[in-house]
Amino acid sequence: MALFSKENGEVFKGPLNLNNPVAVQVLGICSALAVTSQLKPAIVMGLSVTVITAFANVIISLLRKTIPNRIRIIVQLVVVAALVTIVSNILKAFVYDVSVQLSVYVGLIITNCILMGRLEAFAMQNGPWESFLDGIGNGLGYAFVLVVVGFVREILGFGTILGFQIIPDGAFMENGGLYLNNGMMTMPAMALILVACFIWVHRAVNKEQK
Amino acid sequence: MEHFIQLFVRSIFVDNMIFAFFLGMCSYLAVSKTVKTSFGLGIAVTFVLLITVPVDYILQTKVLANGALAEGVDLTFLAFILFIAVIAGMVQLVEMIVERFSPSLYAALGIFLPLIAVNCAIMGASLFMQQRINMDPASTQYIGGVGDCLAYALGSGIGWTLAIVGLAAIREKMAYSDVPKPLQGLGITFITVGLMAMAFMCFSGLKI
Repeated sequence: MALFSKENGEVFKGPLNLNNPVAVQVLGICSALAVTSQLKPAIVMGLSVTVITAFANVIISLLRKTIPNRIRIIVQLVVVAALVTIVSNILKAFVYDVSVQLSVYVGLIITNCILMGRLEAFAMQNGPWESFLDGIGNGLGYAFVLVVVGFVREILGFGTILGFQIIPDGAFMENGGLYLNNGMMTMPAMALILVACFIWVHRAVNKEQK
Repeated sequence: MEHFIQLFVRSIFVDNMIFAFFLGMCSYLAVSKTVKTSFGLGIAVTFVLLITVPVDYILQTKVLANGALAEGVDLTFLAFILFIAVIAGMVQLVEMIVERFSPSLYAALGIFLPLIAVNCAIMGASLFMQQRINMDPASTQYIGGVGDCLAYALGSGIGWTLAIVGLAAIREKMAYSDVPKPLQGLGITFITVGLMAMAFMCFSGLKI
């Protein structure tokens, strides 16, 4: 099979929109909500999950014929846990402040349902290259939701994007303007409601998907 | 004794697994359709927490921590693999017990019983425990012994059960409401959880 055939394109593009892991398959919600109070941790988290999903998919896909069926969950967990340990140490070495912000949620990638879902549903049946594309696609679909939610929460909650101030100083109320940061946006509760709005829009646009 | 109660109450209301940390969301959303099943799952989660957090605590302090096993040996990087192995083993055990003593609950929980192994609430509790060992002992969140672990695990489990039973009760009633079509199912559930989380936010200043 050609490397970039039409089917492979579908495998890659599906999860980005029509089959989005967060909005349609309802996987990996925990971390999607918890790390999105600002944009930077959201991006780092999205990329980490993408990398881990892709490589875990490849490894499991290569091993799929040798793993005994009864202990496959344990094997998958060990592969994922090893990859997460590597990523967690890389984050600590290069972006320490973000890894402190993400705190336990990096470790919780192990129990992220997207990973287990893709490994069970895709990598156990398909070859390494397709699995790699599927992993990247699902990871990016997840990252997309994180970035949208993180963007909205950061700009409304702090008035900044990636730490740069967007709303001019003069617009704030304490300087005589009319604008006030919405403290609610930094609270956990708003993350849930924003994801709900994302799902609402997504379903309204893709009506045929039910 | 005072510390136990503080830790226990705090982990139910203030550091609630669902409303403050979003842990265990997947099964929380998927199983919360009827009160009875969700109560069963809550009990199962509490039970697994009560075993895994103390076991992981002992492993963390006696094996993994810097210099615990031998001078100059720091195995903390193995924490993820070791914790998940303990959790997977314990869940297998609980599954066998539930199948033996309550076949109806076993059938009702279905796939979600083995999936407790990948429930973030369980793994999250162990990882939070690992963080809290290094906290200031005067803090109400500090965990410094097996007793603290039990109080924390019980509180977190009860908090999770409270959250899932509450959501299930609301969803049972919501079946009769007229919800906009694209919002039906998942969307409205999220909004409900968001509103519940706002309600739980008023506990955040709680001092015991």
